[in-house]
Amino acid sequence: MPATVLTGIGIGDRAVAGPVLRMGGAVPEPPDEQRTAPAEVEIARATEALAEVAADLRRRAAAADDRDASGVLQAQALMADDPALAGDINILISAGKTGARAIFEAYAKYRDVLAAAGPYLAERVADLDDVRQRAVAACLGVPVPGVPDPGYPYILVAGDLAPADTALLDLGTVLAIVTERGGPTSHTAVLARSRGIPAVVGCAAADTLIDGDYVLVDAASSAVVREPDSADLDRLSTLDGTDADPHQPGRTADGVAIALLANIGGPADVAAALAAGAEGVGLYRTELLFLDAAEAPDQSRQVHAYRQVFSAFPAGSRVVIRVLDAGADKPLAFLSPEAEPNPALGIRGLRALRAHPEVLETQLSAIAEAAADVSSQVWVMAPMVAEPAEAAWFVARCAAHGLPVAGVMIEVPSAALLSEEILAEADFVSIGTNDLAQYALAVDRQAGGLADLQDPWHPGLLRLVRLVGEAGTRTGRPVGVCGEAAADPLLARVLVGLGVRSLSMAPPALSAVRRSLADVTLDECRDLARAVLGTASAAAARAAIKDAL
Amino acid sequence: MAERLVAVANADGLHARPAALFVKAVTEAGIAVTIGKAGAAGGADARSILAVLALDVRHGDQVVLRADGDGADDALDRLAALLADANV
Repeated sequence: MPATVLTGIGIGDRAVAGPVLRMGGAVPEPPDEQRTAPAEVEIARATEALAEVAADLRRRAAAADDRDASGVLQAQALMADDPALAGDINILISAGKTGARAIFEAYAKYRDVLAAAGPYLAERVADLDDVRQRAVAACLGVPVPGVPDPGYPYILVAGDLAPADTALLDLGTVLAIVTERGGPTSHTAVLARSRGIPAVVGCAAADTLIDGDYVLVDAASSAVVREPDSADLDRLSTLDGTDADPHQPGRTADGVAIALLANIGGPADVAAALAAGAEGVGLYRTELLFLDAAEAPDQSRQVHAYRQVFSAFPAGSRVVIRVLDAGADKPLAFLSPEAEPNPALGIRGLRALRAHPEVLETQLSAIAEAAADVSSQVWVMAPMVAEPAEAAWFVARCAAHGLPVAGVMIEVPSAALLSEEILAEADFVSIGTNDLAQYALAVDRQAGGLADLQDPWHPGLLRLVRLVGEAGTRTGRPVGVCGEAAADPLLARVLVGLGVRSLSMAPPALSAVRRSLADVTLDECRDLARAVLGTASAAAARAAIKDAL
Repeated sequence: MAERLVAVANADGLHARPAALFVKAVTEAGIAVTIGKAGAAGGADARSILAVLALDVRHGDQVVLRADGDGADDALDRLAALLADANV
């Protein structure tokens, strides 16, 4: 009898119950054996399978509402009806292979080349694997792996979810997501958080769940309960409460104001932020305007976008706009040097802007122009600062443009260690916990299999946050958090206990964090922080918070 | 034999979406076109997205397009313009 409670990493704070449906599993490698059917029969079978897969991918591309996902699916369709591949398959079948085996081997040739080309093509390798799997399944006449679409609400269980899978998810019928792999910053976790779907990721024992199992997914406890009893189900009513007053400003039970802000990518995100009761913006990422551009957009285009955001928030509310953060996972044609050996540690963020001061000058002019006739408070922030001199340089550039409030992100461990000196230069700091964890724990945000190190509960990360919080208290300057950590209702309490006074997150996370903070006093937050900081691993930190509650 | 030398302008090189658009345009042109990196011998079938991806063409890399027969010049002009367009 398998365990009735399976644990992983909870995303969100809701609990839901429903029937399990699994995503189609991997198709096994077809054996390399001599075909028994004539070559022309196997060739016809393989050709038909590939045509079927191409047609299916094109249908899915047309149905996807996300432009990126649709582009990936269209490229995958071309991989299925690739003429060079078809030629290779015919040769392999003529040499005695089965259709399924020929498909498998023909793709393998390209897969090896793409895999050898390095990280830039890694996603294409995943796309190819997906197409190959579909084509082999179609050729063998076995079910094609994919996202279920039963027409009733269900709990999706998968090994992990790829962007191409989630683009097609009808989120209206997915009650919760449970994955065997993935950490708190994995694609699945980010998606779940942004859509407000409870999830438990990195739940290794989820491989024992089968279609039709009835389970309770309790994200707040990071638990999946198989065949829950009535006591378990009672948690549903208490945990799945609704927000009585979504527009009440964030504060602790004893009245300490904690600004609850939204992370946004542009004017299109403003409505959702306001509807969720955001008191302002803690991170306005400006990269969207610049992506896909061969050169920086001109000042008037930037002013237009910035003014729409600045003017949407009421008088006195804070809008923190981050200047262009190029490099590493988001290289830009006009800023990023080609083929850096290690882009995460190279010319990125403020470093790229110092190398191209004209891009920063235009952006700061545009921000100043857009901020001139609005009543919200515009704060300007620099990404990827490692030492106080960089902060001083940035603040001086902002002052030259008449921008009175300038601060920096704390994403590099040295910036956390030197935060008091940085706060002597900058008006505020905001901790980017995702990158800070990546650099502090030496773990790539995209890497699989390292979930315990990517966990924002890691005391190695939280002790750095404590240093920044203490520096904020000593200097009297604001310290915020704008990474994934801020969206975790329990971790939000710990961050407040460490001295953080603003939390910025995806809008759907705001109401849960607001309710969580309203239930505790500042002293209780400090006690929780002490309990967590006394541990030596993320797992121990999560156990400590459970004991302390 | 018509031939064009062009630098790929898209920031992502000929990897994801741009590769798909290019292969589609070649297929629609209806003639056999090869693509290779400048200086390298031979060329890959430009109607094959797998072969195009395998070239690993990055932003700024120069590629050579080749085609034969009627309409080859016109087709190559259009395809070269596509690769030189950073927004593709």
